[in-house]
Amino acid sequence: MEIKILGPGCSKCKTLDKLTREVVEKNGINATITKVEDIMEIMKYGVMSTPALVVDEKVVVKGRVPSSDELKQLLTK
Amino acid sequence: MNTDMVSRNISNMNLKSYKWLIPIILLGLWVLIYFNLQPVTNWFIDDVIKLPLGKRLTETLRFFIFEVPKVLLLLILIIFGVGIIRSFFTPERTRKALEGKSLFTGNVMASMLGIVTPFCSCSAIPLFLGFVESGIPLGVTFSFLIAAPMINEVAVILLFGMFGWKVAAIYVGTGLVIAITAGWVIGKLKLEKYVESWVYEIKTGHVDDQDAKIKFSDRIQSGYTAVKEIVGKVWIYIIIGIAVGAAAHGYVPEQFMANLMGKSVWYSVPLSVLIGVPLYSNAAGIIPIVSVLIEKGVPLGTALAFMMSVIGLSLPEMIILRKVLKMRLIFTFIGVVSLGIVFVGYIFNLIY
Repeated sequence: MEIKILGPGCSKCKTLDKLTREVVEKNGINATITKVEDIMEIMKYGVMSTPALVVDEKVVVKGRVPSSDELKQLLTK
Repeated sequence: MNTDMVSRNISNMNLKSYKWLIPIILLGLWVLIYFNLQPVTNWFIDDVIKLPLGKRLTETLRFFIFEVPKVLLLLILIIFGVGIIRSFFTPERTRKALEGKSLFTGNVMASMLGIVTPFCSCSAIPLFLGFVESGIPLGVTFSFLIAAPMINEVAVILLFGMFGWKVAAIYVGTGLVIAITAGWVIGKLKLEKYVESWVYEIKTGHVDDQDAKIKFSDRIQSGYTAVKEIVGKVWIYIIIGIAVGAAAHGYVPEQFMANLMGKSVWYSVPLSVLIGVPLYSNAAGIIPIVSVLIEKGVPLGTALAFMMSVIGLSLPEMIILRKVLKMRLIFTFIGVVSLGIVFVGYIFNLIY
């Protein structure tokens, strides 16, 4: 699974990055996580509010930090 | 495994069927506490710690003990509501609503949507790019970018709690007027060439609207999240603010500021805007200062102008916007908005 965190570096983006890594590690999910900070790259996903979570090139969360339970659901289905 | 899933489903169902009760119970509690604050405060001051009636310290303490829970309760209730309302207004939807609108209508709509659409200055760039890319005029985009930070829900609640609904309404109304007019003026000035050229070359992808799937319980959830996020961040400013306000209320002479920034001083409005623009604070931090200013003889227009320039125009946001705008456009933006604020300040000082 390929996970991308989109966000230019605001505090919420860092929170999402940290939380995602925690959830992935805790549940033994096999995934690569990249943080995308380049605004041109971010815009390719059509996201207008950051942070956003992209799983396998699909935007699943934007503009907010989900709870770790929701995150687990999103990443394990 | 099958039985496990079944039992999990059952316990989920039990939980779900009672979930809708929780907000109603909480609301009942809220009403009960909110409308009994004054008697409880009085009982605590006069009967429990038995402070002498009418002394300065007693009244200062009474003011503080009453105001802190009152403002915090108001904040929690309204932020909860705002959280639910905002779940209906995503930036993507706002963009769709603004596409193809004529200049003036677009400015009016953008300013109003700026109030309800969730926005943080760190998202200013993707939002700006998203707007420009779908052909929304520059002036309309600016109306949004001006209204979104300037008309802040925490500020509205605090103004309402401390000065009453009239001042709160004036603040929202004049904020809208400034956002509409300034955006319209920027649109008329034809400044598109001062947007960095790469902005127009960028190609953005389009995501499908996932909002159709949102259930009402999710919206309630976003109400809770908003309370946790916003109240969790600003409560300390509010307590400090009310403490400062209470202290000034009892101890600083009434006309202390009147000579420096009073009505008779013609330059008080532009001066306060000039001081306010480079300063940056969140809305909760600035309100106590404003309340002290008003308390000590600074006219309402001057105080509101100061507050709008602090929370509406900020250095961090300008630095972020510099990535997409050339200096000239940034200065025009600051100039037009400042002029608008000064104008509003004068009008208020004239009326009040």
